[in-house]
Amino acid sequence: MIKITTSAFNPYEECQKYQIEQSHLQGKQGAASVFIGTMRDFNEGVEVKGMTLEHYPEMTEKQLTDVVQEAVEKWTLLDALVIHRVGDVYPDDSLVLVAVWSVHRGAAFDASRFIMEALKSRVPFWKQEILADNSKRWVNKNTDGYQANQKK
Amino acid sequence: MSIKVRYFASLKELIGREQDECEYQPNMTAMSVWEKSVKTQSMPNNILAAINMEYVDLQALVVDGDEVAFFPPVTGGLQ
Repeated sequence: MIKITTSAFNPYEECQKYQIEQSHLQGKQGAASVFIGTMRDFNEGVEVKGMTLEHYPEMTEKQLTDVVQEAVEKWTLLDALVIHRVGDVYPDDSLVLVAVWSVHRGAAFDASRFIMEALKSRVPFWKQEILADNSKRWVNKNTDGYQANQKK
Repeated sequence: MSIKVRYFASLKELIGREQDECEYQPNMTAMSVWEKSVKTQSMPNNILAAINMEYVDLQALVVDGDEVAFFPPVTGGLQ
């Protein structure tokens, strides 16, 4: 299931609630992989007070649905849940939840990574940060997901 | 019928509006929709285009009634 929300959400509660609701998972799920993206209070060396997440509503849903469908087919997932926040957000807010359920762990690990990376590169979201002096700046590029000095 | 043209994020700010209506003409491409709609602004580098919510090349043909969108790379970057 795909959900885009302007409201704050608790990813742990959402994940648990969804898992309980999906009765087809019972007795079949051997692995669940859960990724949660959270807003930081710094970026590119400066303090960030808040952020507006803009999106292209209909295209966001379409691209996200395609990404999840690709993952479900490629890894034969039992189920997937993606929740993404839009609108005004603040440090420590949950921005994205990607949860996938599969029979074995490999599919869960790989598929959740695939969904998250595809989301970052294909789904039309844009971030505009509010800095400490209340000026705004568009985020033009994200990191590749690792710290600069981290071994991959 | 006509083409609905939409702009997002920093591009929307650059152009100063979020959408246009563009009169359809035969053999129109995404690029020619831009030229006919935006007029005063040449296209910045890296702008992405979508027709009816699917990414397309700027030379892709549009059909009367299509929705054409232009926007900067999505956060994370479609390289």
